[in-house]
Amino acid sequence: MLLKELTEIMSASGDEKEIREKIKSIVEPYVDNVYVDKMGNLITCKKGKKDKPKIMLAAHMDEVGLMVKSVNEDGTLSFSPVGGVDNRILVSKTVKVGEKKINGVIGAKPIHLQKREEQQRPLDYDSLYIDIGATSKEEALKHVSLGDYIYFDSNFEILGNDYVKAKALDDRIGCNVLIEVLKNEYEYPICVAFTVQEEVGLRGAGVAAYNVEPDFAIVVEGTVAADVSDSVPHLVSTELGKGPAISLMDRTALYDKKVIDKIVKIAEENKVPYQFRRIASGGNDAGKIHLTKGGIKTIAVSVPCRYIHSFNSVAFLEDFNNTVKLVDLIIKNIEKEALI
Amino acid sequence: MSLNIELIKKLTQTYGPSGNEDKVLEIIKAEVKDFCDDITYDALGNMICKKAGKGKKIMVAAHTDEIGLMVTHIEDEGFLRFTTIGGVFVEQTIGRRVIFKNGVQGVIGVEHLEDKKEIKTEKLYIDIGAKNKEEAQKYVNIGDSAAFAGEFIESGDRLISKAFDDRIGCYVAIEVLKNLKTKNEVYFVFTVQEEVGTRGAAAAAYNIHPDFAVAVDVTSTGDTPKAKKMAVSLGKGAAIKVMDRSIIVSPSVREMMIEIAQKHNIPYQLEILEFGGTDAGPIHLTKGGIPAGVISIPTRYVHSVSEMVDKNDVEASIELLKKVLEK
Repeated sequence: MLLKELTEIMSASGDEKEIREKIKSIVEPYVDNVYVDKMGNLITCKKGKKDKPKIMLAAHMDEVGLMVKSVNEDGTLSFSPVGGVDNRILVSKTVKVGEKKINGVIGAKPIHLQKREEQQRPLDYDSLYIDIGATSKEEALKHVSLGDYIYFDSNFEILGNDYVKAKALDDRIGCNVLIEVLKNEYEYPICVAFTVQEEVGLRGAGVAAYNVEPDFAIVVEGTVAADVSDSVPHLVSTELGKGPAISLMDRTALYDKKVIDKIVKIAEENKVPYQFRRIASGGNDAGKIHLTKGGIKTIAVSVPCRYIHSFNSVAFLEDFNNTVKLVDLIIKNIEKEALI
Repeated sequence: MSLNIELIKKLTQTYGPSGNEDKVLEIIKAEVKDFCDDITYDALGNMICKKAGKGKKIMVAAHTDEIGLMVTHIEDEGFLRFTTIGGVFVEQTIGRRVIFKNGVQGVIGVEHLEDKKEIKTEKLYIDIGAKNKEEAQKYVNIGDSAAFAGEFIESGDRLISKAFDDRIGCYVAIEVLKNLKTKNEVYFVFTVQEEVGTRGAAAAAYNIHPDFAVAVDVTSTGDTPKAKKMAVSLGKGAAIKVMDRSIIVSPSVREMMIEIAQKHNIPYQLEILEFGGTDAGPIHLTKGGIPAGVISIPTRYVHSVSEMVDKNDVEASIELLKKVLEK
């Protein structure tokens, strides 16, 4: 399964080489032009029968991770987050460190040694370290360097019949959606930007949009789902099994309501389930893309994923399939529905 | 000069939360179309009225959007949960009335709270009088935005209404646009999405690439009981911005505005705003940099449903903007 390959590749923000090469090798047969821009975005374009409108689709290749910030005298590693990582999920997990992907464990004082107040609050980054089995700083430095990335060590698995669990579904599942879209033929020129450094502040996408200069842009994300047992109904962002989530508003963009209404119409006419992304927090590459140059009409469609930014996120496969369908239909109907 | 109070009333009372500025733009278009050489809209929805000329290329920006709310969830009982659009003082919203684009009105209610400090957006809801979800959905859906209601009142020299931020700036721009006599090429841009992070103006500035830009917006005052210290008062003239969180106005731009005000005996005051920003923020950082200044209309109770301005300040702002553009 392609999603297994994509999610198991270790490529954090600023370190997208491996995933970029993988995606490049997959999509090359389907596209007319491939290049990597100065930020490292992979831009893959297909000509259409017409020259306009030009559509850019974007999914980010990077995932959240950690970075070695110092090597301690006892051979353990101190680290910083790369992107939004919840420090409460880290303790006792296994990780891979550096290019050589050496094994490590995120350690902390065991419960026996913790003071009462230490047991009552989550461990912060300064209380956590990575144990790579080295006994001295000198020994550790033979295997790792400052600035090495630390990757979540987690395999892709199928849950039940219809669900998958993996790290980095945000946003390798979006990359996978767009790889499927690239296999189709369209009347219009399309460029898929597999972007870098989204997790550290949407840094790649603006540059990609500046160079591609599209008339319309579609961002495909793996977004936060909160359909879990203790959620208050009105604070649920998205739900698994309800189809692709169309963004209304987030911290980085207000999506054009007239365009959203037309996308809803396209989904309903073609019987593709959809939902709205019903919280205003977070943001995605659309934030940068829609403000590029003189402004670009941009929408965001997401596959709902539970537990994102952790070692194990969960998605529903039919949501993935329906997202592919919806993105395909949006591109096909762009002129008919006057989305631009 | 006398102000067109009817037009000010119409502008402020029209529905236009960020992202839904079209009704406001329609009203402005009807007012200005005979005075523009060209009217265009860009990809973000900014409306640009061009007045052709052979002199300097100048951009004027006034934002058309106002703060508001967006529906995120409809309860089985018909109550609407929402998120805020722009800088809404959530604790002030309880009991306020809101209006949707289609005219449906509602009132903001709050869950029972033991402590007022617990007042947060997620504890509030809009009640449109629907008996259940099904009935509510006939009128309102997820993603629909509401504006606050705040009627227009004329009280001596003072005007009170919702959305003076920044419909009064739009009004100033409209009046200047209608009466302008200049050789300069002036682009009046009625911008969108200012309240959610000055998003529209940058795109417009990129396309126009002017030699100079002026934003017209409201600013706070420090003239009310135990107010935060600020040397701006209602009735003391147009405010020439020195700085806010989005821009430090170039001294040459500021001095130019001051000189013009002095030369034409236009009442003015200097403005240093310690919070907030305006469209001039992103404009002055567009491309390789664009000199930009701001003329502010002093306004009490900004972002409430009862913002207050002084007619004399509005007149002074019109006069000052006109002279700046005619220079």
